[in-house]
Amino acid sequence: MSVVRTEAPWVRRTLIAIALVFMALFLVLPLAAVFTEALRKGWEAYWEALKEPDAWAAIRLTLITAAVAVPLNLVFGVAAAWAVAKFEFRGKAFLTTLIDLPFSVSPVVAGLIYVLVFGAQGWLGPWLAEHDIKIVFAVPGIILATVFVTFPFIARELIPLMQAQGNEEEQAAQVLGATGWQTFWHVTLPNIKWGLIYGVILCNARAMGEFGAVSVVSGHIRGQTNTMPLHVEVLYNEYQSVAAFAVASLLALLALVTLVIKTVAEWRMERELKALAELPPERPRHDTAVAAGAQA
Amino acid sequence: MTAASLPLAAAPGARRPARRVLPGFNITLGYTLLYLSLIVLIPLSALVFKTLSLTWPQFWEAVASPRVLASYRLTFGASLIAALVNVVFGLLVAWVLVRYSFPGKKIVDALVDLPFALPTAVAGISLTALLADNGWVGQYFAPLGIQLAFNPNGVVIALIFIGLPFVVRTVQPVLEDTEKELEEAASSLGATRWQIFWRVIFPSIAPALLTGFAMAFARAVGEYGSVIFIAGNMPMVSEITPLIIISKLEQYDYAGATAVATVMLLISFILLLVINGLQAWQRQRSGGAMA
Repeated sequence: MSVVRTEAPWVRRTLIAIALVFMALFLVLPLAAVFTEALRKGWEAYWEALKEPDAWAAIRLTLITAAVAVPLNLVFGVAAAWAVAKFEFRGKAFLTTLIDLPFSVSPVVAGLIYVLVFGAQGWLGPWLAEHDIKIVFAVPGIILATVFVTFPFIARELIPLMQAQGNEEEQAAQVLGATGWQTFWHVTLPNIKWGLIYGVILCNARAMGEFGAVSVVSGHIRGQTNTMPLHVEVLYNEYQSVAAFAVASLLALLALVTLVIKTVAEWRMERELKALAELPPERPRHDTAVAAGAQA
Repeated sequence: MTAASLPLAAAPGARRPARRVLPGFNITLGYTLLYLSLIVLIPLSALVFKTLSLTWPQFWEAVASPRVLASYRLTFGASLIAALVNVVFGLLVAWVLVRYSFPGKKIVDALVDLPFALPTAVAGISLTALLADNGWVGQYFAPLGIQLAFNPNGVVIALIFIGLPFVVRTVQPVLEDTEKELEEAASSLGATRWQIFWRVIFPSIAPALLTGFAMAFARAVGEYGSVIFIAGNMPMVSEITPLIIISKLEQYDYAGATAVATVMLLISFILLLVINGLQAWQRQRSGGAMA
């Protein structure tokens, strides 16, 4: 850096200033507005809004949805990453594209497809009605739509990480007689831990905050099928601004916590990858693999 | 299945048993395909089958009525403007974060991902509160006769918010990897800083910039939550295409909703292919640079 002629100090300062002003206007201001609007009538009004039974029902539904959707996508993400990163097979690139597909589908379309499958006029509609099972406009539909929009998060985080780490350690464990599960628990999992946390935390943030897809499949029944973002919409449209921003502030807090955990996970991942890269190529961490094998 | 699971690299005769020593291929791939089919592929095919059951005039009327055409113009126009703004400011933010040091840089870096983490509905009501005529920001524009919320301006601003991290996060790693030697060489040959940027740095980050642009654009086209609060949602003026799908559904016009959704899905597919192509180009570029 010192050898390269860099920009003049005034250019540097101007660029930094423009970038920071842009970030302040587009990112910090909206975040600050959420909390200011929520507390506009004081803490008491804020607590009142959060104590409301419908708000509680929305919080509960959001937690349930994330508690089902995130583990489902976690299991899928690990399985998909194992298959894609550890093995060579035909159609791998196509499969990775398909895994990414839910990211490029509009959330509204994502909700619609479940209405077409499970709705009254959908494929399974008549059968479900006969057996008195409600999926769309009920909690299962909300969970399904959430699973769809958060589908790729964990898989796409783990695939490049596991590809970068290669197979040597797992192969060493196998040679030493570890079973598949032991290899995964004692060798692979410690290596991908931070990537896994990173994927899970982003998946969770999206699961709790999803609006479009959930809006289509929810019946918007207060206290029953309203998640927190949907409850925010209802309150906002009823001109209950403080209440709407109070519930929104909880979601904004979730976003901030997500950013903190994500940043920590990123630092740890970087450090581990750097440590991996600095090892001499002749001895690619066999000692750890041996230790893990012996432990198993 | 067995044929497909053979390693591609294994030439006949040259057996490499070590490659397949790891267990769990069949079960993990099987589960991946099953889950992918149940959650993504079969429900998406419902959309295609429903569309195929429409007659051509039915389909055409749904996807090409004046109100729907106006929504395409708004959705694609606003997404394009927002993605272009994001390219300029995304590059600037990435540049500042990679090349300069200043107090609070780590916090700024972490904050770039806020639009990924903040639920869209929260962003929507918050931006509306800021930009309405009596809001923190809107009050300074209202006297000038500029309305920021409840019209297409609001749509563009919401989409800028949503798309920013895509450009920053695709350009940032590439900018970190650009070779200082090339810049030093150009500098010692007498190139000005501006020439170095355009002739040396810009070509190496152009693929990443385009990828970021395409990703921000693709996300903006499908965005719903942050936009509907701020758009005002006036038919023909500020109604986005995803909202058209929702309002058709609310009128129990499943056929119409499906037809418009199919158009959007097709566009998503095309954008996904374009992004994949761009990423392959980018990898090729960076691979070539390393060799």
